[in-house]
Amino acid sequence: MQVSREEILHIANLAYLNLEENEIDSYILHLQDILGFANRVNNAPVENIDITIGSNEATNVFRKDEIKVFEDYESLLQNAVTREQNMFKIPKVL
Amino acid sequence: MRQKGGKEMNITELTVHELQEKLKNKELTITDITKAYVDRIKEKENDVQAFITLLTEKAIEQAKDIQNRVEKGEIKGELAGIPIGIKDNMCTKGVKTTCGSKMLENFVAPYDATVVEKINDENMIDLGKLNMDEFAMGSSTEYSYFKKTKNPWNLNKVPGGSSGGSAAAVAAEIVPWALGSDTGGSIRQPSSFCGVVGLKPTYGLVSRYGLVAYASSLDQIGPITKDVKDAAILLNIIAGHDEKDTTSTDIPKVDYTKALKNDVKGLKIGIPKEFFGEGINEEVKVSIQKAIEKYKELGAEIEEFSLDIIQDVLASYYIIASAEASSNLGRFDGIRYTYRTPEFKNLKEIYKKSRSEAFGTEVKRRIILGTYVLSSGYYDAYYKKAQQVRTLVMNQFNKAFEKYDVILTPTSPTVAFNIGEKSNNPLEMYLADICTVSVNVAGLPGISIPCGVNQEGMPIGMQLIGNKFCEETILNAAYTFEQAIKFRENYKPE
Repeated sequence: MQVSREEILHIANLAYLNLEENEIDSYILHLQDILGFANRVNNAPVENIDITIGSNEATNVFRKDEIKVFEDYESLLQNAVTREQNMFKIPKVL
Repeated sequence: MRQKGGKEMNITELTVHELQEKLKNKELTITDITKAYVDRIKEKENDVQAFITLLTEKAIEQAKDIQNRVEKGEIKGELAGIPIGIKDNMCTKGVKTTCGSKMLENFVAPYDATVVEKINDENMIDLGKLNMDEFAMGSSTEYSYFKKTKNPWNLNKVPGGSSGGSAAAVAAEIVPWALGSDTGGSIRQPSSFCGVVGLKPTYGLVSRYGLVAYASSLDQIGPITKDVKDAAILLNIIAGHDEKDTTSTDIPKVDYTKALKNDVKGLKIGIPKEFFGEGINEEVKVSIQKAIEKYKELGAEIEEFSLDIIQDVLASYYIIASAEASSNLGRFDGIRYTYRTPEFKNLKEIYKKSRSEAFGTEVKRRIILGTYVLSSGYYDAYYKKAQQVRTLVMNQFNKAFEKYDVILTPTSPTVAFNIGEKSNNPLEMYLADICTVSVNVAGLPGISIPCGVNQEGMPIGMQLIGNKFCEETILNAAYTFEQAIKFRENYKPE
């Protein structure tokens, strides 16, 4: 299983991760190793087998669209790096 | 502390059901118990390094308060004043929940996880938050950002993972019991490495609300305890439907302690031969064989069968878990409650730099793997195939449970390994999860209990797997074996 330098940088970019120059080779090697093993699912006898996305037969749960007010703003905002009044502050977007 | 008759009583050696008995008979008070644990933490934590956050001071205050309220008759619960430790990926209001990550180093949860709410409703006392592999990704607790927890049986060995802090704390008797979480073996494998009991419940039995998600279709919270009865008692508390977790199942409440009959006559146990092949350590095999012989003596019916899909399931597990992780960990963006990079030019840089600086190597590796298998061109080759393998293994288990009540395997191919031995070889670390992952992929309950030690004196764990929502069956099978071999009476960490 070959993974190219361009490919790993593309994937890291999709995941919003920067890889250090000195990490790239080891990420490639490990990913190749793991994908080489993971590739065995392609030899599994799965023809005409349905997919399973979860192990229980959960069905969608609906509830009334009612507003519940969470008043403890302080405990939410205590984790904010920067805030203004009761808002998370971020750099200018536009 | 003197016991009646003058014999020295070591409080921290007792199981929770023994503590309950002593509280009832007024041989102990709630403050005696908490103080004994706080002293024991002072003595042992330096060596074991099981906690990320310690709440010992608050615990002593709480103990006094609960003791008072019990004496006044304001509280009646049977677990009031019993201490507990909680893995640091379950939200605790007002207390840091770090997930073992720099990303959440300063995160104080604004609410309690449902399991934590249930613990608090019982007036139990939280001694602190326990160490884990970052975001529960790992099998040795070496991937924690904060510290490396040591195995109390040998401080040069890993405690297993990812709930390594929880298992080591129970083994070192610095907590009487603990909560862990299990996505691919993270309760059972560390319990096996540390010679304690660990139960991963059926997917949907315990609410995941407030558990920081790793792989949502596989994660499940469960107890890590000194013995099987304690596991049943703690499961009684945490099990149950929760409207805040739409995957939690609405089934009638059961008293799991009533399932402990100490009788396995006629119990049908299936032994999947693939769990005894290449890669399983000889001493582990011998110990499990002895356990099988013991079950025969106790009147169980044993039969070998084939579960030939297990290697494919391991591959499928790493595809599914990483795919779900890459999506779940998208929320850690440097904006609301996480680490934020100090220098940035724009919003995109906040995201990228914060994530790159605060996630550890293994977490990044799994995000990259997950993003890869979900990306265009690879989705059908990996993710879809893995989901089909998931169907296959569920079919194989369904077929097996038509014939057997319980499936018995080793919990891990080896005993605890040396610190540093596997941390640079991710694939080797992944392959060691072979015995546990299929239980998560199929959503089944599994329990690990100690069944012996190897020549070096390191504990060996046996796994009992049950059909969905058949916790009672595996708890009774585990209890009956435990009563017969009396592991805790014969072996202890030094």
